[in-house]
Amino acid sequence: MAKRAIDLHRIPGTRPAAIFFFIYLYLPMVILLALSFNANRAVTIWSGFSLEWYGRVLGNSAMLIATRNSLIIAAVAAVIATVVATLAALATANTRFRGKDAVDGLIALPLVVPEIVIAVALLLFFGALSVPLGFVTVTLAHTILCIPFAYLPIRARLEGMDARLIEAAGDLYASPVRAFRRVTLPLLWPGILSGAMLCFILSFDDFVLTLFVAGAGATTLPVYIYSLIRVGVTPEVNAVSSIMLVTSIVFVSLSFFLSKKQS
Amino acid sequence: MDAARDLPVSGARHRTRMRTRRALLLGPGVLLILAFLIAPLAIMAVVSFQAKGQNAGVDWGTFSLNAYIRFFFERDFDDSWIWNGDYLRIFFRSFLQSGITTLLSLAIGLPTALWISRLSPRDRNIALFLVTIPFWSNLLVRNYAWILMLRSGGLADSLFRSAGLLGPDDTLGLLYTDFSVSLGLTYSFLPFMVLPIYASLEKLDWRLVEAGYDLGANRWQVLKRIILPLSKPGIMAGAILVFVPCLGAFVTPTLLGGGKTLMIGNLIQNQFGAARDWPFGSALAFVLLMIVGLSMALFYARRRRAGEG
Repeated sequence: MAKRAIDLHRIPGTRPAAIFFFIYLYLPMVILLALSFNANRAVTIWSGFSLEWYGRVLGNSAMLIATRNSLIIAAVAAVIATVVATLAALATANTRFRGKDAVDGLIALPLVVPEIVIAVALLLFFGALSVPLGFVTVTLAHTILCIPFAYLPIRARLEGMDARLIEAAGDLYASPVRAFRRVTLPLLWPGILSGAMLCFILSFDDFVLTLFVAGAGATTLPVYIYSLIRVGVTPEVNAVSSIMLVTSIVFVSLSFFLSKKQS
Repeated sequence: MDAARDLPVSGARHRTRMRTRRALLLGPGVLLILAFLIAPLAIMAVVSFQAKGQNAGVDWGTFSLNAYIRFFFERDFDDSWIWNGDYLRIFFRSFLQSGITTLLSLAIGLPTALWISRLSPRDRNIALFLVTIPFWSNLLVRNYAWILMLRSGGLADSLFRSAGLLGPDDTLGLLYTDFSVSLGLTYSFLPFMVLPIYASLEKLDWRLVEAGYDLGANRWQVLKRIILPLSKPGIMAGAILVFVPCLGAFVTPTLLGGGKTLMIGNLIQNQFGAARDWPFGSALAFVLLMIVGLSMALFYARRRRAGEG
């Protein structure tokens, strides 16, 4: 009887659709990863396992410079965005004040405005102020993009926190600073770290903003990959792309397990 | 040491202190976004009303509606404006592509969200995680994977050739078509449909579904009369989350559409690259921003009304 009740909740046809969904989502990535190990230069004809392309890519100085640029920019943007977002979340969580909705809307704005519009606006802005395009402009652009991605989860975590813990710290004569350092921060830390990781990967992956505001000096890995793809499909592109893909997945998984473990 | 803190502080002083604290905490974030998003958007709006510079850039200090007129008209040889529907067609195509993508995403995303919502909590978390992974993966790389499959002599061709459905040198010609763009856009934004629908299904009271069955409804009726209406907020949110980024998409139409299938995103980028018409590019971006803003405003107005009703 009970089994039948559960069965009634199942909607027929959803399972095949879900299977199709996951195949659609993952098959291209799996194929890309598989082909990156293909020994054959004619990319889609399989002729054996090889690490040759990875070796070539890792020996390519242009690609190494682009990777270094990407890592530096992503690290700086993630740290700034996370710090700024954490401060803002501390101000808005669990309180109501006039203008709170406006502040929330403002901070969420980079999520809503199409990326290409942000890119164009920043290009014009830096142009009008004669700021030379390079590391600084890319990092600023990425920071703006990342702020809401750190802000929203950190604030959600703050609002899910038991306020009585902080009150208890106060009752036990902890100064507000001490209560923050010993109670709020340790509880919030996983959220902050997971937000920072998401920012890092967001910046590391970003292509559109970077294409507009990087100039010639701050080519990042995605921009470098783009220049390769435009020339054509080669085994080297497969290898770089696979490295990029695996990096993202590893980071997101870390961030996911970090936030799951603590909640 | 901190005796002053323990004394009862007057309400007004306490409030001032709270306000200062809040301003200091919010300051950096708000200032960053004002300086590097709001100000740039304002400049973009201004540029769209300037004349084009001699070679590139902007002829500052002029006021000109040329960028907006150019959307519908072009200069004839005798310097008069004549009708030009090219840009309108690109906008129309972008809307069409985004609409198709939204419908396809709904067709795949809704049943998937339903399926996920009936999983055990542990499996559900894993499934949701798998839905989010592509979002955090590089869009270029994900679209590039489709080039591998669709290009002539690519995986799809090889498959058809080895099945004998295609001659050894023939190609399905899938890449650089409207089809490949729809496929790539759906692939890129599909997860945005699943997550909000799932979020509203998670809150669904399944006793209502049981009640429906008790009252003699069949599965189709339950789906149509109970589940779908109750997951409508999620469907609406998902539709916006897919439609809006699609409209401004740049990577997919560039990589999978080749030069042929221009969408708004490519058109904008062109103005800052080859075409070198910054005011026109700004006007296009500004119009795109307005369309997005309007659809968000409509969505929130509807949701608010639905919430009150």
